[in-house]
Amino acid sequence: MMLSPKSKRHIFISLSALLIVLFVISLVYGSVRIPIKAIWEILTGAETEKIAWQHILLQSRLPQSCTAILAGASLAVSGLLLQTLFKNPLAGPSILGITDGANLGVAAVMLYFGASLNQMTGLTTNAYLTVVLAAFVGASIVLAIIIYFSTKVKSNVILLIIGIMVGYLVSSVISILNYYASADKVHAFVMWGLGNFSGVSREQLPYFASFTLSGLVLALLLIKPLNALLLGEMYAANLGVKIKQTRFLILFCTGLLAASVTAFCGPISFIGLAVPNIARLMLGSSNHKSLLPVTLITGSCVALLCTILMVVPGSNTILPLNAVTPLLGAPVIIYVLLNRKSIQYFN
Amino acid sequence: MNKERQTVIKTEELSIGYSLKGGRQKVIHKGLNLSLYAGEVTCLLGLNGAGKSTLLRTLCGFQKSLSGAVFLQGKPLKEFSQSDFALAVGVVLTEKTNAGGITAYELVSLGRHPYTGFFGKLKEEDHRVIKESLEAVGVAHKAHQRIAELSDGEKQKVMIAKTLAQQCPIILLDEPTAFLDVTSRIETMVLLRKLAVEQNKAILLSTHDMDMAIQMGDCFWLLDKNRPIACGIPEDLILEGTFGSFFEKEGILFDVTTGKLNTEIPQKQIGVEGDFTTSYWVGNALVRNGFRPSEVSPEHINVICHSPTELSIQHPNGNKQLVNCVFEVIRNIKTKMKNE
Repeated sequence: MMLSPKSKRHIFISLSALLIVLFVISLVYGSVRIPIKAIWEILTGAETEKIAWQHILLQSRLPQSCTAILAGASLAVSGLLLQTLFKNPLAGPSILGITDGANLGVAAVMLYFGASLNQMTGLTTNAYLTVVLAAFVGASIVLAIIIYFSTKVKSNVILLIIGIMVGYLVSSVISILNYYASADKVHAFVMWGLGNFSGVSREQLPYFASFTLSGLVLALLLIKPLNALLLGEMYAANLGVKIKQTRFLILFCTGLLAASVTAFCGPISFIGLAVPNIARLMLGSSNHKSLLPVTLITGSCVALLCTILMVVPGSNTILPLNAVTPLLGAPVIIYVLLNRKSIQYFN
Repeated sequence: MNKERQTVIKTEELSIGYSLKGGRQKVIHKGLNLSLYAGEVTCLLGLNGAGKSTLLRTLCGFQKSLSGAVFLQGKPLKEFSQSDFALAVGVVLTEKTNAGGITAYELVSLGRHPYTGFFGKLKEEDHRVIKESLEAVGVAHKAHQRIAELSDGEKQKVMIAKTLAQQCPIILLDEPTAFLDVTSRIETMVLLRKLAVEQNKAILLSTHDMDMAIQMGDCFWLLDKNRPIACGIPEDLILEGTFGSFFEKEGILFDVTTGKLNTEIPQKQIGVEGDFTTSYWVGNALVRNGFRPSEVSPEHINVICHSPTELSIQHPNGNKQLVNCVFEVIRNIKTKMKNE
């Protein structure tokens, strides 16, 4: 059976509603609880009794929730693009070593040149640009290597394994950089490596948003060739798709999305891998016309859910983001692997 | 009725093969002057390594020719933009797709890709063409099932429907019947014939299925390493001995009387005549048992087939036996031969 366009619309509407609910919860819930009424007052600019709440909300939670929405969507969409391009539902930016590449770029800047993201708060545009650019260059180099191998290797499984190997190589370079860096820089880098949606300040948010939103818009423009690519590159070429150009655009878009998220939030695992699978399972379709928007919005929901789960109930402790994402992601992937024979998009 | 054959693909002194490093070339075939006609099913036959795929890939535009020219409907292939080409040639490949998660309808709608705008929105006309294409291949009732839920034969039909939705005059298929069960094979070939005849498509397919090709093909292109390609209708190629020469190897012979490959051609002749169907199957049984069905002659044993249950065996010495099934015919002849 397949879902009618109507039920697809239902899924989309329910997800949007869920996104709003999660967004509100993420504003209310945290190590300090702020009542909804106060949040409403602060957001509408009315007078509030507690200045501290205002500060927490505007300087910390609101940017964090917005970052989560953008980062979740970006990672999920970049995962989907890679899965379609490599014809493998188990591809993802972290699996193919692209996140590691971005990681290396950031490591080079943070450890070698000594720029720390925290030091950059309120600093010039150039500083963010340097880190984002470094992450982008790192991601692009790994992408280029993967593309090179993808022309040599026919099997996508082999390609995935090559991606994992490239990831290890990149990690080893990062270890070397770590080894020679000073302790405080290493600490900053390790903290960054745990993943964090709160690393993006209110001042940085517009930059982050412009990078990720341009990547997401580009992805939405690629829906038509992505669908043709479901048939494979030769069929797509026969349908008039300019393969080289499309491949480049898809990889550029993936690089932009994964690199900007990694630069600002650290290497975040599992969202890029798991969310497209969740979206396909919900929709029961791999038609990108519905799959891409649903993946995007599901990514935002999952990222918001992670920020909520990061707060340990009844305490002031906040878990690292990368401790939470596998809790949501790994079971999905295991489910998909166990049921791959009966899941249509695998066949 | 005597219509001129309409050429849609023409090659002139075409060389196919691969460019190797250092500017050297590995030529697989050269000097090809081929014509593909509208309204006909042309079968590309040859053993593995004969260059079938290379030729198909060259005609599909996936691989550059080494020299010479290909003309599609009179226009050189080189002048085709990718989107123009999509309107001229539709392909069905052996490449594994990743389309299990979309419906048959959605897959066929991809055939409208060259016609739709930037966002791929389907217009009323597109929906009409998609529905017609699904109906033409006989899977309209499965339109809204996902590809993964279809049988291999149905999947192949959907891929063919995709080329119909492309509305192109030429369809190239790479081994469309491989991996299909016997009924799906026949259905696919009958469908391709129907499309050639009813929609005047030019269809070129590569296949290893010789029986099916002889049965359904209007024209053959025979390929082999190190010799020129041979073209013609199957019967002419078989009767003039060309067909056999392409497949005969050490220990493998082509039997021109049966149109089948065999390890040896039986020499001991048995005359067969009578009811057409019965004689055909008596002949089949004789070949399997090492005899050669031939015309009736007083010099050897003859089988006169009155009906499937009335067969008489006439021996050269004038003896006659009446039997009621093919099994008995064979048993009698074998016993007789053993005694001699």
